[in-house]
Amino acid sequence: MTTTELMTLKTEPFVLNFGPLHPSTHGVYRMRATLDGEVVLDIEPVFGYLHRGIEKLAEERTYTGFIPLTDRLDYICPMSNNLAYCLAVEKLAGIRVPERAEYLRVIMAELQRLVNHFIAVGTFLNDCGAFMTPVVYMLREREKILDMFDMVCGQRLTYNYMRIGGVGQDIPEEFLPALRKFLGTTPRFIEEMEWLLKQNEILLARTKGVGILPRDTAINCGISGPVARASGVNRDLRKADPYSIYDRFEFDIPTGEAGDCYERYRVRIEEMRQSLRILEQVTKQIPGGPVRAEVPHLIRPPRGEAYAHLEAPKGELGFYIVSDNSIAPYRCHVRPTSLINLTALREMVRGWKVADLIVIFGSIDITMGEVDR
Amino acid sequence: MMPNLPMQAVPPDWPGGYWWHWLFFSILLIAFVVIMVMGAIWIERRGMGRMQSRLGPNRTGPFGLLQPVADAIKVLLKENIVPDSADKLVHWLAPVIAFAPVMMIFAVVPFQNGALLADLNIGILYVVAVSSVATLGVFMAGWGSSNKYSLLGAMRNVAAVVSYEMPLVLAIVGVVLVAGSLSMNDIVLAQDIPFILLQPLGFLLFFTAGCAEINRSPFDLMEADSELVAGFHTEYSGMKFAMFYLVEYAEAIAISAIITTLFLGGWRGPVLPPWLWFIVKIFIVFFFMVWTRTTLPRVRIDQLMALAWKFLFPLALINLFITAIQVLVWPDALPWGLIIVNIAIMVILVVVWSKFFKLGWGRLEV
Repeated sequence: MTTTELMTLKTEPFVLNFGPLHPSTHGVYRMRATLDGEVVLDIEPVFGYLHRGIEKLAEERTYTGFIPLTDRLDYICPMSNNLAYCLAVEKLAGIRVPERAEYLRVIMAELQRLVNHFIAVGTFLNDCGAFMTPVVYMLREREKILDMFDMVCGQRLTYNYMRIGGVGQDIPEEFLPALRKFLGTTPRFIEEMEWLLKQNEILLARTKGVGILPRDTAINCGISGPVARASGVNRDLRKADPYSIYDRFEFDIPTGEAGDCYERYRVRIEEMRQSLRILEQVTKQIPGGPVRAEVPHLIRPPRGEAYAHLEAPKGELGFYIVSDNSIAPYRCHVRPTSLINLTALREMVRGWKVADLIVIFGSIDITMGEVDR
Repeated sequence: MMPNLPMQAVPPDWPGGYWWHWLFFSILLIAFVVIMVMGAIWIERRGMGRMQSRLGPNRTGPFGLLQPVADAIKVLLKENIVPDSADKLVHWLAPVIAFAPVMMIFAVVPFQNGALLADLNIGILYVVAVSSVATLGVFMAGWGSSNKYSLLGAMRNVAAVVSYEMPLVLAIVGVVLVAGSLSMNDIVLAQDIPFILLQPLGFLLFFTAGCAEINRSPFDLMEADSELVAGFHTEYSGMKFAMFYLVEYAEAIAISAIITTLFLGGWRGPVLPPWLWFIVKIFIVFFFMVWTRTTLPRVRIDQLMALAWKFLFPLALINLFITAIQVLVWPDALPWGLIIVNIAIMVILVVVWSKFFKLGWGRLEV
């Protein structure tokens, strides 16, 4: 073959199928990637491998009976799902939640945020190729929180703790000491972890400037949560539309500018610090009293509709419920954070390498249970 | 025995002559490699367990020492699956072709003074030549599987090996200049001071390039489990997979053995018998590979290339140049003075050079 022939050697893109069974698709996500050698030309997502019809199932359950199913949405952080659903029903039925229950809800929601960010950062680094080490240390810290969840509701993964009008049961007396101990040790762990990672040359090379999501694209796609904040969108529902009692606590909303994978990672680390700050304040302020309002066993909210949203660890999680004054929702719709955050993936990965595709995908932090519902 | 054979390392008092020597060492080498691989697997799994705040395998035998045996039995009992669209012959031949050269490397590695299969006078050159053949097996595996993950992994491997051969060889040349011989045995004999001290930059380059050559993390792109599932051996199972598994660790042991021989004084050391020193040093080097694997994220393919051509290659050239000057101009210089000078040169070069360039490039317009 002559040199000229070699120069004009014909190459063509090929389609590589990632998933649904692939180590880095965080569940059963599938994308058909069109590659030119190592460069990603296009991706086409394929959803639905974990579809369980949860929204339809809501119509078959009572209002209270649907709470365990919300655990199965984003199974990394069931507490937030519980809370979002309960907020929606309470808004619909006009139920007031006792003071102590509000505090307990905030504690659980913030612990849940820590759990999620531990897993998000850990698996993200795993996607970068740090062979299991960060994720194992992150899981070790998560374990402490799971132990606390175990104390309050006897479950480690699907908590079913929140109730309409409060929480399931009061915390046992060993919970608050355990929480204080946790608050004492975890900041040091986070500092240590960040000190090990933020100076790592390979990590910086792999994440800085990679997978940039511009601010306006983030807004146009409806991206929320740490992904949007890393792109400079200063929106956190805890401040923008304070639900529960978040207006009583002091905390900052960390934002980034570059909108790359590194900023997303950094925003998550910073959010963990802010969550710990909120938890410090909660443990000081928590009052006594009942933990659950007097609510009938079968709630029949008045005819109407309600949408309640909250800042779940992954972003804005909303529940839209239509009531026809029966014991079950007429229609229940979830605004899934993961699915909507995933919509910008194609814009972010085009032109990057296969390895970056995995890193960018990992930096969005999705749970397939929530994407497919 | 023919006097002109390149293999002249038969110890004078060896009974039975050349062929007995050959047979004995062949069997010894195969046993050695298999046992060392088992040791390496154990060290890797237990060591990684410790570093990842977990226990690692501890159910099989004391401290889980029999875990490699259990792994081997498990993998041998597995079904051998060949994809329908695979190129059967290539798919079948690939593990063998990958495995043979790794075994051949050990032929020239001295276990103690003169105790080696063949003391080639071009020993280290032979190592470089033979070790590249394993790439052929890997690429055959990638191509023959007719799987796109495998193909991507195999292409990455070829690219990495071709690039990293340069700094690897240039780092070796520095050692050869100082030792004045290509024979592995003579190189060890020349190390009154281990060459890691006289050639610190060369050691660093060789270690990095060696890790990339055998695809240890952070350069484990060809099997990048988070991207390519298992890379080139995605479609292998049963005994054929076991062969690749064996190759992976045998390569790591081989590189450790070469580093030991070239830079750490080989079998030389006080008190302990030489062969034990040799094995201990191999495991120390291997332990560092385990350490980097648990610590560092993986680089990207273009960053891998950039590292080879922009960083390691120029530094290897500079290292060669400086070594040549030192050997030529001050052949009788005080070794301790040279050690200090060379370490200073290494630190300055690495720091300055790392300011010069960015790893890889970014997004492409599509």
